[in-house]
Amino acid sequence: MRTDPLFTPVASEVSSTRTVALTFNDQPLNVPAGSSVAAALLMSGITRFRGTPVSESSRAPYCMMGVCFECLVEIDGVPNRQSCLIEVVDGMRIRSQEGARDLIFQPVSVLTLEVQS
Amino acid sequence: MSVINVDVAVIGAGAAGMSGAVALAGLGLEVVLLDEQGSPGGQIYRGITLAPLSRRDMLGADYAHGNTLAQALASSTVRYEKGAAVWQVTRDHQVSYLRDGRLHTLQAKAVLLATGAMERPFPIPGWTLPGVMSAGAAQILLKSSGLAPSEPVVLAGCGPLLYLLGWQYLRAGVPIKALVDTTRPEDYWRARRHLFAALRAWPYLRKGLELMRSLRSAGIAHYTGAEQLAVEGSDAASALTFSVAGKTRRIQSRCVLLHQGVVPNIQFSQSLRARHDWDDEQLCFSPVVDAWGELDVPGIFVAGDGAGIGGAQAAALQGELAALGIAARLHRIDEQPRDARAAALRSGLEANLRIRPLLDAVYRAKDENRIPADEVMVCRCEEVTAGELRKFVALGCSGPNQAKSFGRCGMGPCQGRMCGLTVTEVIAHARGVSAQDVGYYRIRPPIKPITLGELAGE
Repeated sequence: MRTDPLFTPVASEVSSTRTVALTFNDQPLNVPAGSSVAAALLMSGITRFRGTPVSESSRAPYCMMGVCFECLVEIDGVPNRQSCLIEVVDGMRIRSQEGARDLIFQPVSVLTLEVQS
Repeated sequence: MSVINVDVAVIGAGAAGMSGAVALAGLGLEVVLLDEQGSPGGQIYRGITLAPLSRRDMLGADYAHGNTLAQALASSTVRYEKGAAVWQVTRDHQVSYLRDGRLHTLQAKAVLLATGAMERPFPIPGWTLPGVMSAGAAQILLKSSGLAPSEPVVLAGCGPLLYLLGWQYLRAGVPIKALVDTTRPEDYWRARRHLFAALRAWPYLRKGLELMRSLRSAGIAHYTGAEQLAVEGSDAASALTFSVAGKTRRIQSRCVLLHQGVVPNIQFSQSLRARHDWDDEQLCFSPVVDAWGELDVPGIFVAGDGAGIGGAQAAALQGELAALGIAARLHRIDEQPRDARAAALRSGLEANLRIRPLLDAVYRAKDENRIPADEVMVCRCEEVTAGELRKFVALGCSGPNQAKSFGRCGMGPCQGRMCGLTVTEVIAHARGVSAQDVGYYRIRPPIKPITLGELAGE
């Protein structure tokens, strides 16, 4: 869901010369280079970062410092990424995270473990 | 997987971590400083090396001071690893972290935990709605990206950080719709016994008074003694409601910023099974440390807010004290020169901490905002309310760890960081026992999320 951005640059900020292009739920966005994914999404008007596993209610960043895990999104196919701790990269494909994702054990990884342990 | 040997691993590049690491390197030790962010500074000096001058100026002199520490770090021999998510620290000083999707392990002779503080949870109705954030989160957006709310914002709660953010917003020209203060006039009266000590910390007190004066003279609507705070909204925040002296108020805003103080981030010290005690003044668990910051786990030290809230300047001094303690433990400095160097640091620390009792007493988070009503969400991840938690207690649940098996409380991705203190206090209150007796979640690694692929991959 996209609305008027909740956060915008303050007046004294010189607008960033360099931007990167990414997508959120397939929607193209241009955001300043160097921002965190969470900051970039907030200034792009994204309000729902994820839906909770229990009630599917909307959530968005609460702490911006890696504590609350409310900003979890899927980035380039990997779920459970803390968007407040990750810097935007050109071409990033971001998706809101709907419902439960297995935080530690991912099916694709299981084979790797069996081979190497 | 190869294990790299180092003298000291320091975790966290905030005030305590930077000053501790630099001091350790100055004592001739080989130091690796690990930090999750992309640049040093921690939260208080977040983005200090990257912020443009205009932003630094707007944020104020206390923020700009962080650059001194960052410069000292840059010109030291410390190996600073940015973007390093430490997911495990063992009692025998092994530190495992993830960086760029790769696993690394250090075997250190000593570990300095400088993981700082996090904001106290603020469980009120509607606090999970998008548009509700902590004041610290909004300040991070300002420090690291120059972002502020796009429409008049409501600041609610109490504590220096809330007022500082208001002051910074004023300087940045960001409109504030209201400051909804939970502090009551009698809180100042109750805290008067700490005033004499606080007067001896005059620079702090003066700064605070100037800050409050500028907020008042800016003509911002300032409500004091606010109770029954609740955020309205169905899919996102739309208003904050509260009552003052029995009269209900409603202020419309899509952005509500909450704050009621900060508490130590104790994930690592808890995962190490170090002893923690409940601090009834700061209303949190703090690890028990000696005069050098050493835990009851030999060779593992804590400096800064992670061992009890003291603020950035105190944290930097504690970092240096811990460095001396570690160097002595590793026989790099004799006791006499250690104690001689420590004396000046200790008197500086004592001067810095004089203001704390007053702040802790005046801005003590209100009971109703820590031990919420039944309908309020306590565990945001697994969506467990205070009422459900109380039902668990009625069924025999005696502490936070049992609450997990009763209803998954604290078992979501945040690993109890956002609900831990609330769960302890709700259970303690329901059982009529002390928070110390109830205890805290048993924290286990991985402290940070890690995939099995990352764990297995080299």
